[in-house]
Amino acid sequence: MLATRALRLIGKRAISTSVCVRGGHGVAKVEDYTLPAYFDKREEPLPDICYVQTLSPEQKSLKEKEMGSWASLSNDEKIALYRISFKESFAEMNHPTSEWKSVVAGMFFLIGFTGFVVLWQRKYVYGAVPHTFDPEYKAKELQRMLDMRINPVEGFSANWDYENKQWKK
Amino acid sequence: MSLQKPLMRGMLGKRLRFHLPIAFSLSLLAAIAFKYAVTEPRKQAYADFYKQYDATKEFNAMREAGIFESVRTGKVK
Repeated sequence: MLATRALRLIGKRAISTSVCVRGGHGVAKVEDYTLPAYFDKREEPLPDICYVQTLSPEQKSLKEKEMGSWASLSNDEKIALYRISFKESFAEMNHPTSEWKSVVAGMFFLIGFTGFVVLWQRKYVYGAVPHTFDPEYKAKELQRMLDMRINPVEGFSANWDYENKQWKK
Repeated sequence: MSLQKPLMRGMLGKRLRFHLPIAFSLSLLAAIAFKYAVTEPRKQAYADFYKQYDATKEFNAMREAGIFESVRTGKVK
């Protein structure tokens, strides 16, 4: 456990060299997805492994140089070392995309399509509306509401002029 | 190259010192605005309504309209 943690600090895929012995029956194949992977995440600034796993000869010599004094490194070398360990900088990974435009466009399109579905439903699925929606019935309902003085202070009946039997101007 | 050292601590405090007074004063403003735009006119409307309210007259009007189930229409006695 401690050994793997120490190796992890250097960022090598040390786990891949450890074997998983299956109770005397052999060695289990280590799947790729079970090993630590590299992710650029704002919330996890130090990924489990370095981005570049297999170093080219120049990168190897750069890593040797890194062992010494860092003041002797030029700016380009520092950036090269950074790019070995990381894929994208914070500025690059946080850069906004235009994905929201596609999302909003998709939303509007599907909402519009839903309108068609609703129209079709209204024509072919729903039956007739109850008789209580007839204009005469609705007029009787309205009269009854006014008779009962529904919301006479600020609401419904407050807008009705009982003397002149009409809506208040 | 030497960049300026970035902000390392105190970010939440700085944010709160800026936003909390604004939040509190806006909330207070909203409450005051609601009081004087909604509740005071409403109280006044109710007061005015009941100043001229004759309960018996209203009751008789409702009875004549025939909405009650336990009171007969038409003045008896």
